[in-house]
Amino acid sequence: MRINCPYCGERDASEFTYLGDASPVRPDAIPHDPPLDNDSAEAMALRAKFHDYVYLRDNIAGFMKENWYHGGGCRTWLTVERSTLTHEIRSVEAAPGVGASVKSSAKRGRG
Amino acid sequence: MSQSHRLAQGGVVDRSQPLNFSFDGRHLSGFAGDTLASALVANGVKLVGRSFKYHRPRGILTAGSEEPNALVELRTGARKEANTRVTVTELYDGLDANSQNRWPSLKHDVLAVNQLASPIFVAGFYYKTFMWPAKFWEALYEPMIRRAAGLGDTAKQADPDHYEKAWAHCDVLVAGAGPAGISAALAAGRAGARVILAEEDFAVGGRLLSDGEEINGKASSEWLESAMAEIASLDNVRVMTRTAVFGAFDGGTYGLIERVNDHVPVPPAHQPRHRLWHVVAKRCVIAMGAIERPVVFGNNDRPGVMMASAVRTYMGRFGATPGRRIAVFTNNNDGWKTVDAAERAGVKISAVIDSREDLPPEALARGKNGGFSVLNGSVTSVDGGRDGVTKVQVALNGGATAQIDADCLAVSGGWNPAVGLTCNHRGKPQWRDDIAAFVPGGCPAGMTVAGAADGEFSLSECLSGGHKLGSDAAKAAGHSGKPGRAAKADAETYSQTPLWHVSGKGKAFVDQQHDVTASDVKLANREGFQSVEHLKRYTTLGMATDQGKTSNISGLAIMAEVSGRSIPETGTTMYRPPYVPVSIGALAGHHRDEEFHAVRLTPSHHWAETQGAVFVDTGLWKRAQWYPKAGEKTWLESVNREVLTVRNGVGFCDVTTLGKIDVMGSDAGVFLDRVYINTFSKLAVGKARYGLMLREDGIVMDDGTTSRLAEDHYFMTTTTAKAGPVMQHLEYCRQVLWPKLDVQLTSASEQWAQFSIAGPKTREVLGDILDPSEDISNEGFPFMGAREVKLRGADITCRLFRISFSGELAFEISVPCAYGNAMAANLMRAGEPYGIVPYGTEALGVMRIEKGHAAGNELNGMTTAGDLGLGKMMAKKKDYIGRVMAGREEMVSPDRMVMVGIKPVNKLDKLYAGGHVIPKGAKPGADTDQGYVTSACFSPMLDQFLGLGMVARGRDRIGEIMSVCDPLRGKTYDCEICNPVFYDPDGGRQRA
Amino acid sequence: MHPKYSVFSLVKNAFSGHKNWQRTWRDAKPKDHYDVVIIGGGGHGLATAYFLAKEFGITNVAVLEKGWIGSGNAGRNTTIIRSNYMLPGNTGFYELSMKLWETMERDLNYNTMVSQRGIINLIHSDPQRDAIARRGNAMRINGIDAELLDGVQVRRMLPFLNYDNARFPIQGGLVQRRGGTARHDAVVWGYAHAASEMGVDIIQNCEVTGFRRDKGRVVGVETSRGTIGAGKVGMAVAGNSSQVAAMADLRLPIESHVLQAFVTEAIKPLLPNVITFGAGHFYVSQSDKGSLVFGGDIDGYNTYAQRGNMPVIEDVCEGGMAIMPMIGRIRLLRSWGGIMDMSMDGTPIIDKSPVDGLYINAGWCYGGFKATPGSGLVFAHLIAKDEYHHEASRFRLDRFERGAMIDEKGQGAQPNLH
Repeated sequence: MRINCPYCGERDASEFTYLGDASPVRPDAIPHDPPLDNDSAEAMALRAKFHDYVYLRDNIAGFMKENWYHGGGCRTWLTVERSTLTHEIRSVEAAPGVGASVKSSAKRGRG
Repeated sequence: MSQSHRLAQGGVVDRSQPLNFSFDGRHLSGFAGDTLASALVANGVKLVGRSFKYHRPRGILTAGSEEPNALVELRTGARKEANTRVTVTELYDGLDANSQNRWPSLKHDVLAVNQLASPIFVAGFYYKTFMWPAKFWEALYEPMIRRAAGLGDTAKQADPDHYEKAWAHCDVLVAGAGPAGISAALAAGRAGARVILAEEDFAVGGRLLSDGEEINGKASSEWLESAMAEIASLDNVRVMTRTAVFGAFDGGTYGLIERVNDHVPVPPAHQPRHRLWHVVAKRCVIAMGAIERPVVFGNNDRPGVMMASAVRTYMGRFGATPGRRIAVFTNNNDGWKTVDAAERAGVKISAVIDSREDLPPEALARGKNGGFSVLNGSVTSVDGGRDGVTKVQVALNGGATAQIDADCLAVSGGWNPAVGLTCNHRGKPQWRDDIAAFVPGGCPAGMTVAGAADGEFSLSECLSGGHKLGSDAAKAAGHSGKPGRAAKADAETYSQTPLWHVSGKGKAFVDQQHDVTASDVKLANREGFQSVEHLKRYTTLGMATDQGKTSNISGLAIMAEVSGRSIPETGTTMYRPPYVPVSIGALAGHHRDEEFHAVRLTPSHHWAETQGAVFVDTGLWKRAQWYPKAGEKTWLESVNREVLTVRNGVGFCDVTTLGKIDVMGSDAGVFLDRVYINTFSKLAVGKARYGLMLREDGIVMDDGTTSRLAEDHYFMTTTTAKAGPVMQHLEYCRQVLWPKLDVQLTSASEQWAQFSIAGPKTREVLGDILDPSEDISNEGFPFMGAREVKLRGADITCRLFRISFSGELAFEISVPCAYGNAMAANLMRAGEPYGIVPYGTEALGVMRIEKGHAAGNELNGMTTAGDLGLGKMMAKKKDYIGRVMAGREEMVSPDRMVMVGIKPVNKLDKLYAGGHVIPKGAKPGADTDQGYVTSACFSPMLDQFLGLGMVARGRDRIGEIMSVCDPLRGKTYDCEICNPVFYDPDGGRQRA
Repeated sequence: MHPKYSVFSLVKNAFSGHKNWQRTWRDAKPKDHYDVVIIGGGGHGLATAYFLAKEFGITNVAVLEKGWIGSGNAGRNTTIIRSNYMLPGNTGFYELSMKLWETMERDLNYNTMVSQRGIINLIHSDPQRDAIARRGNAMRINGIDAELLDGVQVRRMLPFLNYDNARFPIQGGLVQRRGGTARHDAVVWGYAHAASEMGVDIIQNCEVTGFRRDKGRVVGVETSRGTIGAGKVGMAVAGNSSQVAAMADLRLPIESHVLQAFVTEAIKPLLPNVITFGAGHFYVSQSDKGSLVFGGDIDGYNTYAQRGNMPVIEDVCEGGMAIMPMIGRIRLLRSWGGIMDMSMDGTPIIDKSPVDGLYINAGWCYGGFKATPGSGLVFAHLIAKDEYHHEASRFRLDRFERGAMIDEKGQGAQPNLH
């Protein structure tokens, strides 16, 4: 398999580390003040959300957006759209936070 | 014997270069350009091997890598290799080959008695017996079967040869250098594409070497020569002979195996035996030809029965004849080319048996002119034993029978395109009725198929098809140059009538190597193994070293016939890599023995070597484990000395292997708050703090000390083992989870050499090392302080941290990596007056156990912060990775196993990690198993063994006497559960 | 009734040219309704049907297989059997399975070639010895055989390994002598044979395309061969678990990954045992036919494609050459890829699903083969009695909600690391 890294060009997949499905979104989890009782309904509901986030997968047979890490190259996390049936790769994008953030570009004048 | 079957002339062997070789101890000779097979043919050798199950005598069936029968043990000693096909073995001077799977000799093989039992040894017989008595399988039946099976014997010593791996990139990979492949490479090359033309054989040309056809109105050999000359003139085309494409992988990556030095006795110095190629190609043209298929009839495995195309290869290419009176049995017009070849070579044809009902009249006429009989019918069986065919029994289409004298039977059952690589991505081959064969179905992306591999068998189709696909491939790869003209040959039409199996006397083999007969296929059908895959697995058809190249389709066809289905209904055969067998050595390359994985050396490694350090593997790192001194008899003596010296004086240890990450940016503190369970945003500049991070599932991921060097600059350390994974995790958090945070990460693991200097006399040593302006007093540099410092007399900025793993007054100093070795020597010099010692990972481990610090054995991916006694660190007012899931019921259960200290009650008992903890006096069992020892050591401070462990409700059991049960080492002993901090529990020493 | 298989029946049939053998299992046509329908004609599904009939007297059972029986991971593995597990929940279950292997051939009247030739896990470092001692002691405490060997003892047992110039020298090993191999396809055929004898219908080329539901409860399945009613439905479909569960609107803590495995040309006896390299990804045994059968790590990305790529092939062969450099000249002959139902803690799920009437047997990662008989027995128990078998009470689907993961490798919710 070959992945076209937006920074390094096309590279063998052995340079990359796979994390998995990119679609689960980490639930918002700002702690309550005072902290919730661990057995409260709210705490349980939050745990249920996290359970789905951490453990459940669609395990798609077909095209899926996935996280790959170019650890053998530029250390960018990539979103790769790839078919789990044919291994065909349709698109590769860098994660939103790659490189310096907007804030730091503004401040330090580099991107 | 002097090449009794070598023809007076002809062939592309070099008759001026005789080569000597031996087969089963017989000294024979051949010529340069021979294969071992052609040399054996030239010497009139018929019996070459024995079959797998019945030990039937076997000869040479084919002239290519599809050979099922003629396998030998090649070379001797550490280079001995089993199952080498004589048909692809290039002859070299001194070649030493021996037949295999026979005892005591090839001619007299005792296990040929298996043939007598063959009525019982049918397909799958072993599934129905050998079940009683229970213990007999391992003791008796299995060893018997294993010894009888197994084909050749292989070297028992380490392979002395080298293997290497290489990468290449091209526009067009052409697999196969026959007429189609050469045409494709030429067209693509002319168009300007970068081309690799790979050919398994040592000679290019394919059928052109043997079939004697014409191209552009001249002998095909002339075209071959000029085409190859033109290719040689093109810089952008690379020809790789002895190189087989064995697999098509994702993204246009192809696996190729180059047999660099199999044609010499021993590879020259610094040369590999094989080279594994990863070729990344934009397009690939498969031109791997077709494989002639046998017809299954009685005794069709006798030496002397040979594929018709192989017969003409031996005659045309090698100038050797497999027989003196050759009968040809064919169901197609291509088989007649063997008659042409024999006539050209002056070898007598005794008869042609053509099974086609609509036999063309000119065929009959040819017999009359050529002086041989042409029979319209089929071969039912052959007579003859291990020395070869003597007679051929024929059933004529009219119903009569005939008998032909012959010493060789050339058989053609038609052609099967070599679809192997085309199914590597699970594209199913498609059945074509007109040629009664499977042709490629869905090919991997970027792959096209030319010529015979696509079912277009005529030379003219190979030339034009190859040319077209070659130029198409170049165009698709972005090259629009002119591909020139395709070469031309006379049009001809391949005509065949399917014929798979003829009933007759004697066993009729479908898979010759595995002794699978037509009756076995029928038995499989009877017993319900009708799916092609069931058929293969039940009978082992197609599972031999030839990968079913000559047997799969015939087996499928016979199964179709007996189960009353069409061939496509019955199934197809799919091929997975490798298309040809590949040596394990080549797939491993240089990564073997000590070079299996890379070695990472610490900056002070060379210095440590001069001190006589013993090293230990920690991941890829080599770390000093201890530093033995003269007179010390055991490692424990050295380690005890190192510990005692640190605790009473001073010592230092290279801790560079810890992961080091610079975390910078205005949000660095916020970022760390989210990845650590405790708070770092409020850490004062110039301070260090121990941090613990969880995985999102609430289990501990890693720990380490992180310091704040500036408002927007933190310096994180990780454990050695998790340096890589933590970096990856943090980048994920930064780039994917919280892209808006202003934070940057830089791995500094390789930039800084880091040393821990520990013991009550640490300040004295550091005082000598550091610039006199640096205040390292308890006030000037308090416990958990961190800042940049200058070295004495050198303009080098270092980082100094007052942190302690040993529990003693200690600092860790980071110097730029290049100064690591010098720093070790410098510390040794400065510490000499104070009796400084270097200490290794063992002493480090002892001191951390004495102090009750968790390390890798406790951070084992199953423990929570609470389990490690660090639950109080979990901040309540911020979110962090793992916070929510750590609150799950079973993870906060009071019954969990938590970290405790474990101390044998009897001070003389040795404690080992891995023992399980059970209540004192309890019977060991699943219900009494309440924990285990994670780490153990001998503590010179307490003068006894100590350990850490995980024990259910352990913190409530401090003081309880339990048993450590270690049946692996045959021991059970009483231990006291205690506070894990055995030494200096209030921590006064490290704050001193 | 089928005549019993034995050496006598073989000889008797030899006289009639083997023309009188019957089908190993009946070729059943689907009926309208079964008490239990098992989806998946692999080892686990067939074993489940066998135990439903044998242990629980439920014979009105169909096993539905979309292809040919054994076409999934039952026919694509490295045939290793062992019960060297460490954690509560696993230890007892795998030993239950091991005991069933030991009587399988007599139980099924089918030679599955269970070969207790011993399995050895090599040790290359101190921390590894600590972890392996914990494992071995857990086995011993649970009544399972295990021996800890030092480097000298390993060398005596396996003199052909690389002791002289290894990157990670061999320092010891953990041996389970009762571990070994079995003929994988024969296990499938044996269970099919024995189950069919007791009345179970084995239906091939029958793909399940959906569930029939009545007030939420599953009451049957839609298939490529029509609707089939069912009192209860059990699924044992390995790599396709998520796809089948999705038909019942369930999401599972499972990802599908490919595990490649490899076979060499047959050679004369070389390796007596099953050997697992502890400092790389390589495990190997030699089949009765003579081939080295070996494997390593999964490719590491989600896939249903039943094929992998070169990096893993090379990684595995490198592991082989690291510890047995005499195999360099042996040729790799075949490779294959099986789709593994990788669970989030590396441990299977055998449980009722949240949908009434649907039972799940999934998440075997690459350890499913050795579990085949045990899995069949405990799943049959669950389906028949609606209660957990006592050796399978921790394989619950809700363990992730409760935080009761069974994570032998300590890798967490990252399936490709298990």
